[in-house]
Amino acid sequence: MLADKDRIFTNLYGQHDWGLKGALKRGTWDGTADFIKKGDDWIVNQIKASGLRGRGGAGFPTGLKWSFMPKGSDGRPHYLVVNADESEPGTCKDREIMRHDPHVLIEGCLIASFAMRAHAAYIYVRGEFILERERLQTAIDQAYAAGLVGKNACGSGFDFDIYVHHGAGAYICGEETALIESLEGKKGMPRLKPPFPANVGLYGAPSTVNNVESIAVCPTILRRGASWFAGLGTPNNVGTKLFCISGHVNNPCTVEEEMGVTFRDLIETHCGGVRGGWDNLKCVIPGGSSVPMIPAEQCDDLVMDFDTLRGLGSGLGTAAVIVMDKSTDVIRAIQRLSYFYKHESCGQCTPCREGTGWMWRVMTRMVEGRAEKREIDMLFDVTKQIEGHTICALGDAAAWPIQGLIRHFRHEIEDRIDQYSANPDKHGSVLAAE
Amino acid sequence: MSARQMAKEQPESFEFNQKYAELAQARIAMYPEGKQASAIVPLLWFAQKQHNNWIPEAALRHIGDMLGMAYIRVLEVVTFYTMFNLSPVGKHFVQFCGTTPCWLNGADKIKQACKDVIGDENTITADGEFSWLEVECLGACVNAPMVQINDDYYEDLDEDNFKQLLTDLKSGKPTKIGTQIDRVNAAPCGGNTSLTEDSLFDGSMVGGYKAVLKQIEKAEADAAKAAALEAAKQAKEAEKAEKAKSEKPKKTTAKKTTSKKASSKKAKKEDK
Repeated sequence: MLADKDRIFTNLYGQHDWGLKGALKRGTWDGTADFIKKGDDWIVNQIKASGLRGRGGAGFPTGLKWSFMPKGSDGRPHYLVVNADESEPGTCKDREIMRHDPHVLIEGCLIASFAMRAHAAYIYVRGEFILERERLQTAIDQAYAAGLVGKNACGSGFDFDIYVHHGAGAYICGEETALIESLEGKKGMPRLKPPFPANVGLYGAPSTVNNVESIAVCPTILRRGASWFAGLGTPNNVGTKLFCISGHVNNPCTVEEEMGVTFRDLIETHCGGVRGGWDNLKCVIPGGSSVPMIPAEQCDDLVMDFDTLRGLGSGLGTAAVIVMDKSTDVIRAIQRLSYFYKHESCGQCTPCREGTGWMWRVMTRMVEGRAEKREIDMLFDVTKQIEGHTICALGDAAAWPIQGLIRHFRHEIEDRIDQYSANPDKHGSVLAAE
Repeated sequence: MSARQMAKEQPESFEFNQKYAELAQARIAMYPEGKQASAIVPLLWFAQKQHNNWIPEAALRHIGDMLGMAYIRVLEVVTFYTMFNLSPVGKHFVQFCGTTPCWLNGADKIKQACKDVIGDENTITADGEFSWLEVECLGACVNAPMVQINDDYYEDLDEDNFKQLLTDLKSGKPTKIGTQIDRVNAAPCGGNTSLTEDSLFDGSMVGGYKAVLKQIEKAEADAAKAAALEAAKQAKEAEKAEKAKSEKPKKTTAKKTTSKKASSKKAKKEDK
């Protein structure tokens, strides 16, 4: 288990003062000006050396992303945009940072903005998080009043402004270019890349979009040293990570753990184990709704990091662990996710707009068993045609959970179909695909 | 995608009251010159707050005029984002999360309770107190199942405490926002499994960075020294190599001269 002294988010549960006074006592805003004095390249190199990978789902190296920002200025301002549009089913980690440790995020914004020569940062909070954004705003006001941000931030000579923006309930705005579109006052429809935001981003200016957690861990990395962070976790998957464990565990919770912790340790140490005991586990979605599930047989020594999970055909994503026990109707669980993606598709690309609805309708019939077995292959084939054929990853995200279901629980779908067709009078005749 | 349309019955006009007009101006000032359109989502939100939690068509025109946007663009935005209510809702607007993590923990019972107590989805009760809507993941999955009522999250629900909550709201009793059971926010039930060490909270974490920074600076200085030494060594070697290179042609010229001498000797001999 990760030692308490190695935890970055020390007020995760809001048991202490979230305001500036409490934050200062916990070591936030400690030495910020000294780090800024070391220069922007130094900070980027430290973050690169720490091996931090983005915490928003894709796991792209954060330091490398920062280094993509242009060096000189061509007259356009630079922007840091923080992605706090946390909407992936299962994920609720950024919320805890914003409402219980907002100063960690604000300090991270200052350091990241300085490293990328950006004098303004926008934090895009999902619309439903009303308390969270009000608290974040209060914390920002405190930081302005204390001279930590604003003109000559922390006495470093660097001018920095920070704003809280919010959305209004669109999952797609968590995609970085959709978020930029939304921040510009348009519908949140992803942009075709290239050009990448580091060249043409917010208001046509160089911008970097980072997840809340990625930004919030940076000040502590500088304070404890890149080698401390790089020393935690497994090779190439270093540091600590917030895990949100929901579903069928005895005590669901959000907790900070070392990367590469085993799934079993994670839920037995912090969540009181699987409901009904370890043997009652059916499957787990290890990284938010977008990644394929992993069946119980593979969970015994399951290591929770980016590379291991990718090797199993799944992913760490946002580290939102959704646990399902043997009582779960997995077909229904995935069907509900299909409805989610149908609801959240922005409608821009045809494979996703039409495909998500089609997949949901077929999945709905499969929940009842009102389908034919050949349709399972057809469904799998359609998910493959959606995957990779859309501008953003929402099409992939809609396809993967279904692929995971078919890969691991095909027998359940077939049993359901058999059951249904064994009682033809009860339900009426079997319908062909819509 | 969800199909969304404006309500059939609309008020004649809409204008921000003083409070929201001021908030709106402050909002617009947050964005760079000429980028006022950025403020559209917050402004629509203000309109919804002012107008009983739904947005009338007149508000779209008002906001379009404020931001210098074509009305159709405002309509595009308001129909895209699902948090904007385009027709009236109950005084307590229950947004019930039905996505998988909540569903796994018994959201179906909450949905049934909504149907039992309030009625059909998207229908306002006769007294105007309630209406409910199933929404997608609200991002409080470790506190599932949950609902959002107006601005507030109510978490860790079951059938009984949810029905009690609705009764309390109706009678105007104060309610407890957040978790409805004996639990601290997102911490595990039954107490913390982490963050129990006092040293995290007594101020002893402050100042620790200085030693680390010194160490890093020392490492950097050492590395710089080593690099300088290495560079000096390389420079020396390069010099040597250069010398060797410059000596080689000398040797060849020497050889040439000797061969010249030799040939001249030869010639002399031949002369003799």
